[in-house]
Amino acid sequence: MLDLLRDLDFFHLDELLTDEERMARDTAKRFVDREIIPQIEHHFANETFPMHLVPQMAELGMFGANLKGYGCAGMNNVAYGLIMQELEAGDSGLRSFASVQSALSMYAIYANGSEEQKQRYLPEMAKGKLIGCFGLTEPDHGSDPGGMETRARRDGDGWILNGTKRWITNGSIADVAIVWAKVEEGITGFLVEKGTPGFSTRDIHGKFSMRASITSELILEDVRIPRTAHLEKARGLKGPLGCLTQARYGIAWGAIGAARSCFHCALDYTKSRKQFSRPLAGYQLVQAKLVRMLTEITKAQMVCLRLAHLKDQGKMRPEHVSFAKRNNVNEALKIARDARDMLGANGIVNEYPVIRHMLNLETVNTYEGTFDVHTLILGRDITGENAFE
Amino acid sequence: MKILVPIKRVPDPATTIRVLPDGTGIATDNVKWVINPFCEIAIEEALRIKEKQTGEVILVTVGQSTWQEQLRTGLAMGADRAILVKTDAALDSLAIAKILAKIAGDEKPDLIILGKQAIDDDANQVGQMVAEMLGWPQATFASKIEIAADKISVMREVDGGLETIAFKIPAVITADLRLNEPRYASLPGIMKARKKELKEIAADSLGVDLAPKLKVKTLAAPPKRQGGRKVASAQEMVSLLHTEAKVI
Repeated sequence: MLDLLRDLDFFHLDELLTDEERMARDTAKRFVDREIIPQIEHHFANETFPMHLVPQMAELGMFGANLKGYGCAGMNNVAYGLIMQELEAGDSGLRSFASVQSALSMYAIYANGSEEQKQRYLPEMAKGKLIGCFGLTEPDHGSDPGGMETRARRDGDGWILNGTKRWITNGSIADVAIVWAKVEEGITGFLVEKGTPGFSTRDIHGKFSMRASITSELILEDVRIPRTAHLEKARGLKGPLGCLTQARYGIAWGAIGAARSCFHCALDYTKSRKQFSRPLAGYQLVQAKLVRMLTEITKAQMVCLRLAHLKDQGKMRPEHVSFAKRNNVNEALKIARDARDMLGANGIVNEYPVIRHMLNLETVNTYEGTFDVHTLILGRDITGENAFE
Repeated sequence: MKILVPIKRVPDPATTIRVLPDGTGIATDNVKWVINPFCEIAIEEALRIKEKQTGEVILVTVGQSTWQEQLRTGLAMGADRAILVKTDAALDSLAIAKILAKIAGDEKPDLIILGKQAIDDDANQVGQMVAEMLGWPQATFASKIEIAADKISVMREVDGGLETIAFKIPAVITADLRLNEPRYASLPGIMKARKKELKEIAADSLGVDLAPKLKVKTLAAPPKRQGGRKVASAQEMVSLLHTEAKVI
């Protein structure tokens, strides 16, 4: 039997990592084992986000870890991906927090902000002292962000914003919201700080998924912001989509973590639980499921590692990310559902992590480009035909 | 205060260890390697002392070039520089102690802090040997260290309780489990470690007799645990403990 199964590294991919990448992964893994696993079920049950972990995550350098300068760690994309993988082995909500802070909010400012905006926000966000959120989706516009109804109009030296954003991770705990809105020239971005008159948030309750993560609505009613809050470099849908590519990259890695956690749980469970004459793991139907899990997780790892190398070399295209996000999350979801099934009645209680991962992955399969939308992106890429409309 | 922290590379405690069929060693093909947990505690304590005062933390290890990885991890935790004494030979505790005493002679640290033992061979010898060779006071199994000027007081974990001893630097301290909880290597720390000095010295250039005094004849896995047996009552248990196990 292979020890490699412990970290589920069937093809010795560890050997392709540098010392630094392994160290970053091990730090994240230890953090998750020590700080997240022991308390995550409590937060999931109570619909709370473990806010007290934010300073520690910041101190470890997890926010904006792959950005250069501005107090960010400046690690490569392999290390960044591995960190996302380990966080999501803990909980998709924790990884979502890190994704939104890093790949959506910080990256939006990093890629589209003026030097003053970068200096003002990025170092504090890396320290976890300022929390960000990313307002693109609206109640009536999800997969079709170009149809957004949020508007910004010039008002003297500044701007006035009106509209509603929905399904915004970290919305009510954010100190600064990146709000995407239409102006005469098209779509652009704005930085709206907490407490600005006319800006309010409302949390979305009753979620069966991502319960250890805050999801909110952002309401903008005649919100006046200064000229200095405009992300002037962001022009057109390219602005938000560039950020989504970063976040989707991390999600493709993260899904492996959740799937791995489910695999280990199902493996341990079926090896120890006896039904009829032997352990469940001794039956062909169960082995077939375990082997499928091993295969899909291993394939996802390989896709991600190659994707990371392409990203570090500046050769990654958004379609590559669509491939990885679409495949990895969907396979992770199937793995979680299988694991849930293999645990029988025990699969529905929070004594085991599988039902939580399974419920979370339903969200992950939908957000940041649904499975179907990524199918259309790839379909367009290989046929040249646009099937969106 | 200048602190030397010798560390050892060992298999991850969570790894399942398999002995080679010929009993000459363990299968290492897919073992994950880490800093010995007690050594990690020693690094943490050295860093805390440095942070309270000022000074320098120098890591040293004796092994193959792959052991660099563990030195880099220690540098990422916050140590200032590292020394790799390179050898492909499997050295025994005495040879390691001689090398460390030689390095201590060159570096002249105020303190040497090391793990009380390594979790691979559990020898628990190196710290004591180094102290003897240098003629320095030693405090083994430390669970608390207090420093005032050049005086140090160490609370030790001994059979049946705790013992506090005081002595002057330079000295050797070995770390026990409860001394502290080691920090994580932060991502900025990992990036900084890249630029820190990691010096390599060939072990056979030190002029130290490294000939082994101990020879490992064979390794064997512990016998497989036999299933227990159920007893009907507490009375039966007590009686069996008395008549059969003869422990009470």
